Amino acid sequence: MPQITFITADGTHRTVDARNGDSVMQTAIKNGIPGIDADCGGACACATCHVYVDESWKDRVNKVGDMEASMLDFAQVVLPNSRLSCQLQVVEALDGLVVAIPESQH
Amino acid sequence: MVETSINSFQAPGTVIIGAGHAGGSVAAFLRQNGYVGSITLIGEESLEPYQRPPLSKAWLKGEANEEGLRLRRAEFYIENRIQLYLNTRVDAIDRSARLVCMADGKTVNYDNLILATGARARTAPFEGTSLPVVLELRTATDAEKLKLALKQGARVVIVGGGYVGLEVAASARALGAEVVVVEREARPLARVACSQLSSFFLRYHSQRGVTFRLGRSVQSVQMLDGAARVCLDDGEQLPADLVLVGVGAVPNEELARHAGLPCDDGVLVDLTARTDDPNIYAIGDCTRRPLPLYNRKVRLESVPNALEQAKQAAASICNLPAPRPETPWFWSDQFDVKLQIAGLPMDVAEIVIRGDPNEDKFAVFHVSADRRIQAVEAVNAVPEFMMGRQLIGARTEIDVERLRNPSISMKEIAI
Repeated sequence: MPQITFITADGTHRTVDARNGDSVMQTAIKNGIPGIDADCGGACACATCHVYVDESWKDRVNKVGDMEASMLDFAQVVLPNSRLSCQLQVVEALDGLVVAIPESQH
Repeated sequence: MVETSINSFQAPGTVIIGAGHAGGSVAAFLRQNGYVGSITLIGEESLEPYQRPPLSKAWLKGEANEEGLRLRRAEFYIENRIQLYLNTRVDAIDRSARLVCMADGKTVNYDNLILATGARARTAPFEGTSLPVVLELRTATDAEKLKLALKQGARVVIVGGGYVGLEVAASARALGAEVVVVEREARPLARVACSQLSSFFLRYHSQRGVTFRLGRSVQSVQMLDGAARVCLDDGEQLPADLVLVGVGAVPNEELARHAGLPCDDGVLVDLTARTDDPNIYAIGDCTRRPLPLYNRKVRLESVPNALEQAKQAAASICNLPAPRPETPWFWSDQFDVKLQIAGLPMDVAEIVIRGDPNEDKFAVFHVSADRRIQAVEAVNAVPEFMMGRQLIGARTEIDVERLRNPSISMKEIAI
């Protein structure tokens, strides 16, 4: 079972078990990680599950889709490692993934 | 667990009635805020808090399972000391004793009570609604019944051309069913979207095999030799293997009303989600809430609204500053179309269409007399939605001519 570490806006690290097939966003919600709102539940419609993927993992997660890129273009404080966590699928190879959560999703 | 008082061993804390998206989320937000009191979450359904939006889409098409619908892991409630009572109906609230009475006779005391009772499907005003072929869609149980009946070649009649009706129509077509939508108004989405959007969805659905009967109402559903017939007001009879009624929702406000809390098509709350009683909050679909952006009280049926009010209540209970107000927004997925709506089309002086509806990619902006965007309805138009939502919230004055010109970036339309 892959483990994912979330770094919340206040710097707290929380490592949780993730389920293959879930998204990183679902993993956060299911574990009550603060700062990921996921208003749309994973429909790539709201950009309230914005995360920063740790640099060492940036090239190992699945690529940004057109819709996601378009949403991210208008999100707050976007960085080169910004992703919508609803579009990051959990697979075994992501065991150890680290993502940071921005201060605000709105 | 079979105590007379389920919280007899602990001090009264927060009791949440309704274990849907709003109720489940407020429990989690309270713990995120460091709330240490007891939390009791009471729900009528048998499933832990889950997401409803996929029920008309991914769930029907078999792309989501029960595990995928659940909002939290089962252990989450134990780890966070949230007492979860499922299959449990609440009968009454005794405000003077700060007591909630359940249908099975058990009671629980509260310091703070949160009503998250949601809304229920509006009953259709025709004969035959209790026949087994007539279904509604609100809960996972409803969705499961619908899924079992939606087979290749099944004849589906959908009563009501709102979001639920159109989303199910799209899912049913994807599964190979034959679909007729009966809508009382002259256009689909009449109550919830502008006419340009209605025209677009009418064309898009029609081109994908959905048939419409507009301006028609259902008089009855009848069984004839074991087969159902949907009888319309013009005499037409539509054969049906399945009838789905989606004619809106009504707030579950009876508990509040019987407890003497003011209601007006929704439990009335303030910007901290508090009702008239300082110890009772209400959140989500069951409420009518102030929306300062539009200087009105509205009842919103959406997940973002449920989450916003859950945060308001959790902040208030924990004596934290009120969260920043949000711009209401909605979305709908039908076939491969992504519809995103921000704001509400109120106090509109002008409608601006950006893009071409015939290219399946456009946005309808509702602009006020003082050139503020009041609402945007975006079809496959993410920049228009995302930027529009920000401009609505900030009440930014915009240049209408630039807005009208899709070759100018959405980032360059503010004045």
